[in-house]
Amino acid sequence: MGDVKRYTNGTTGGPVFVDVKDGKILRILPMTFDDSDAPSWTIDARGRAFTPPRRAAVSPWTVAHRSTIYSPKRILTPLKRVDFDPKGARNIQNRGVSGYEPISWDEAFEMVADEIVRIHREVGPAGVMSTPGSHHMWGNVGYRHSTLFRFLNLIGYTYAEHNPDSWEGWHWGAMHMWGFSHRLGIPEQYGLLEDALKNTEMIVYWSADPESSCTGVYGGNEGNIRRRWLKELGVKMIVIDPYLNHTQALIGDKWFSPRLGTDVAMGLAIAYTWLTEGTYDKEYIATRSTGFDEWKDYVLGKTDNVPKSPEWAQQESGIPAREIRALAREWASKKTMLAAGGPGGMGGASRAASGNEWARTMVALAAMQGLGKPGSNIWGTTSGVPLDCGFMFPGYAEGGISGDTANSAAGFRFVNRMFPNGGGITNPHHTTEGQTVPRLRIPEAMRHETVEWRGKGFCGSHIESQFQKYEYPAQGYPQVEMYYRYGGSFFGTMTETNRYVTAYREGKVPFVVNQAIWFEGETKFADVILPACTNFERYDISEGANCSGYISDSYTFANHRVIVFQQKCIEPLGDSKSDYAIFEGLADRLGLWGPFTMGGKTELDWVKDYYNATDMPKVMPWDEFAEKGYYVVPSPAPEDRPKPALRWFAEDRPKDTPDWGPAPWDQVKGAGLQTMSGKIEFVASSLKRLEATGTVDPERPAMGPQYFESWEGHHTADLYGRYPLQLVSPHPKFSFHTMGDAKDSWMNEVKDNRVLVDGHFYWIMRVNAKDAAERGIADGDLVRAFNDRGSVILYAQVTERVPPGTVHSYESSGDYQALGEPGHSPDIAGCVNILTPKRFITPTSTAMANNSCLIEVEKWGGAAGSAAAGGAGKNGAVKEGVA
Amino acid sequence: MAKKWNLVIDVSRCMDCNDCFLADKDEFTGNDFPPYSVAQPWSGHRWMNIMRTERGQYPLVQVAYRPTPCLHCDDAPCIAKSPAGTVFKREDGLVIIDPVKAKGHPEIVATCPYEVIYWNEEAQVAQKCTGCAHLIDEGWTDTRCSQVCPAEAIKLVFADDAEMAAKAAAEGLEVLRPELGAKPRVYYKDLYLFDKAFIAASLAFGDTDECAEGARVTVSETSGGAVVGEAVASNYGDFYVDKLVPGKEYGVTIEAPGYAPATRIINLDKSVNLGTIVLGRP
Repeated sequence: MGDVKRYTNGTTGGPVFVDVKDGKILRILPMTFDDSDAPSWTIDARGRAFTPPRRAAVSPWTVAHRSTIYSPKRILTPLKRVDFDPKGARNIQNRGVSGYEPISWDEAFEMVADEIVRIHREVGPAGVMSTPGSHHMWGNVGYRHSTLFRFLNLIGYTYAEHNPDSWEGWHWGAMHMWGFSHRLGIPEQYGLLEDALKNTEMIVYWSADPESSCTGVYGGNEGNIRRRWLKELGVKMIVIDPYLNHTQALIGDKWFSPRLGTDVAMGLAIAYTWLTEGTYDKEYIATRSTGFDEWKDYVLGKTDNVPKSPEWAQQESGIPAREIRALAREWASKKTMLAAGGPGGMGGASRAASGNEWARTMVALAAMQGLGKPGSNIWGTTSGVPLDCGFMFPGYAEGGISGDTANSAAGFRFVNRMFPNGGGITNPHHTTEGQTVPRLRIPEAMRHETVEWRGKGFCGSHIESQFQKYEYPAQGYPQVEMYYRYGGSFFGTMTETNRYVTAYREGKVPFVVNQAIWFEGETKFADVILPACTNFERYDISEGANCSGYISDSYTFANHRVIVFQQKCIEPLGDSKSDYAIFEGLADRLGLWGPFTMGGKTELDWVKDYYNATDMPKVMPWDEFAEKGYYVVPSPAPEDRPKPALRWFAEDRPKDTPDWGPAPWDQVKGAGLQTMSGKIEFVASSLKRLEATGTVDPERPAMGPQYFESWEGHHTADLYGRYPLQLVSPHPKFSFHTMGDAKDSWMNEVKDNRVLVDGHFYWIMRVNAKDAAERGIADGDLVRAFNDRGSVILYAQVTERVPPGTVHSYESSGDYQALGEPGHSPDIAGCVNILTPKRFITPTSTAMANNSCLIEVEKWGGAAGSAAAGGAGKNGAVKEGVA
Repeated sequence: MAKKWNLVIDVSRCMDCNDCFLADKDEFTGNDFPPYSVAQPWSGHRWMNIMRTERGQYPLVQVAYRPTPCLHCDDAPCIAKSPAGTVFKREDGLVIIDPVKAKGHPEIVATCPYEVIYWNEEAQVAQKCTGCAHLIDEGWTDTRCSQVCPAEAIKLVFADDAEMAAKAAAEGLEVLRPELGAKPRVYYKDLYLFDKAFIAASLAFGDTDECAEGARVTVSETSGGAVVGEAVASNYGDFYVDKLVPGKEYGVTIEAPGYAPATRIINLDKSVNLGTIVLGRP
């Protein structure tokens, strides 16, 4: 094997070594560190010394990356739908059904550029709508905030804004209780690993599955060993989740599965127990919160005659009152970390009706037990590792080569270092002054309907920004005439997703281009497909787990700070090109080549510029970095480690963590939270002001958290009568949104991901044995899950890991295969979001409630073989020799 | 005596990430490593097969995973039963199916009682985990599966037979189906999570409707009466008496001071959650 060359690269699941032989990737290995790299940190706690392994702990889809790079579903040449003629019949009604024919890059560039020019001339640049998938290929130069925004900002467009899809309730609810708008409602996590190892006695994982690699976010499986240490120290592990998740399976001491939509009731009953037994931190509540007495009266039932007692909560949640009391008592007696969602502020319960009130409940409970005091915090167990937060290397959401200060965090620090003499591009059309569409209403925009909502995308500049009202079309702006889709498939990830399917075929958008690497579910609905390559086929630069701009200092998900030169390992497959090269080709035809490339910079030039704009040149010359491929940032000395999150708040001191917010105007003298009082607000001043300006949202009241019966749950009698099963569809264990799924990759063969039946890999639905027996369903049967919104064919896994009445199926199918007419027939690829409601979680929260979903399940006698005959069959829509 | 190849797999650490299963595919799919293996097919083989088990019934349920490669047995049935020379054992203990000599012998697949051998239709050869022999030859001190495992649940141990026997005894390591006498070189820790059964229940005090924390549970075999397990109910009233051999009849006695004892007779064919048992005053 003498001719094997080792390269370095980065992925959404961790940094890797790539062995290449004869121009092909031989193997992909998790990065390991040797004596030439900086030593790892050691935490001394309870008589033991804890230090991490000298290697990356990567996600499964990272290990399987060779199979997605060389996937049979790769698109290797530009394609045009066979019955699409931009100068004649466009036949948009056939999208998703008619096949494709190869065209040259020149033809593809001309076709797309001509459409962009036509739209500029006919309706203006905002007639072009565009949006990417949530998680594209890794790399700060190639990332969507970077290369994509640089191009789009130059041509002008209507951006389909992303909602905070993984942590909705924190953004729309918890933010009003404790601020953190710069983190979109999620708390800081600095220093909490050491705090937990030293002080914590119990961890409550509430709607959290950190052992599911996706909810360790970009940290892959890095946190596994830290939870093992805590377990070995005797820290008690409680898991509250409708599904007996992998964290409970591995380390859980007690599992609670409250009925979907009733977590708030269970939380209020815990508070009730503490109130009636006097076991909460009264001094903390008195000095660090406001509005508590009003909320206390609500919990005790003094205002509505409904005491939120454990017995009351038992009626709602199905959890025995005595067990709720036992949990409350143990929690009060032990220093407890509340892992409220994998990263500490996330979780499926926040993606549901009243997700806002659930997130507020988490803050309320943590506050009642001294949030921020030693061993007591909201901490997901996935981050807060003692790394050097002073070493400046930005995350992927800090703008990269776009320098977009309105739609990324570039304005925070990076743009002036990257573009000291100008050259960053921000487009005022793509700001609050222009036109946007919420991603959850893309289908309505494509149908040229009108839409109203609040908050522009990840609106975290300040708390009130999420109250601002928007409309589509914006005053004086056009309806969209072109959709420039970029990576991913929303059919598997958004809500009521047959809307997204039918919008292509029955809507009013005459031109759709999809720039994609693979034939994912949504790719097959474009008129023109531009084949992009993976990050293993081009240059880039990144840091493991660093998505800063979204989550500040998120590299603390990982055990080491690893800056990676993403070396070009192989040439782009087929005729695919890097995203940068594709945009460069289009920019050339639009007369924008100069500004797009800033005078002809190559991707490698941008990577070097990027490197030079960080702290990297201070520690390693470019040539050495380019050769070695990575740099491990030394861990700080124990006395220099980041201070524990919110300890400053608990002790009423100025903030002393490395966090970059709140903004100076949202704080007084550098101390206090971002709320008006500077304290945890049980009566939210921001929501009171919203009410004072005439908007009362009964599902998001100023005083809270409050329990509301779900608007799609066991109290919605008529619907529940017809569809008596509650579906929970969490982020998947085996994919990062759609990125790791389908593609005929080895991920298909992971037993708990998909199952092969009669030649088709089915997505799994987990059904309790009792529900299965009542419906004549046996383990391994194919089933049809359905409601009024559509139906999905799935593989039934009969299990005790869900209670009767609850079914579980991960979201994020990467494919979509209709058995008949797309959007009007069952999908056999597993897009369970076809079944979820499009309603926002509250009338004023532009958020999705995937986990408020009633369905029925029946045994299905069909066969996948019929899928190829009609609809967007597995490969049926692709002409021979194309893919 | 030379150091030999052994793999130690800790069932209690596996959380089903599948990194080992996928690292195996990454190493062997599309890659030939003569003289030990030809390329694994793109789909269908599980040289590292992750088995799942659920024990109990809602809400007292436990789930475990058991990664299962070729066990590289010292008295390997595949060597004994396959055509001479097609399957051989290396000095370091690894069992290798010779991809040249074994070509055209599908009967090799059925020789393994552990069912870890797969048929490669395209190459017309039986295949399985090679123990990463080609990497060991290059000086690797890990297999791909042990190197990638984020939970450190899989460890490659180079030890002579005496050292390994001592380690197995000291750490309570077991092998799969020892009754077959195949002498596997793959050892498991906490295998009871997979092949033993538990009796569990939630205990409550009837008069107070509180969890019956501290109630004592004794399990004995009804034939002979030997006590085989004990537990104390947790603060949630739950108990698990684990590591019971399934297929036997057991008596369960639950006692709490001031309450009448409760007893159950259980014919234990698999792990069972007895549900909520309410203890009354005598």
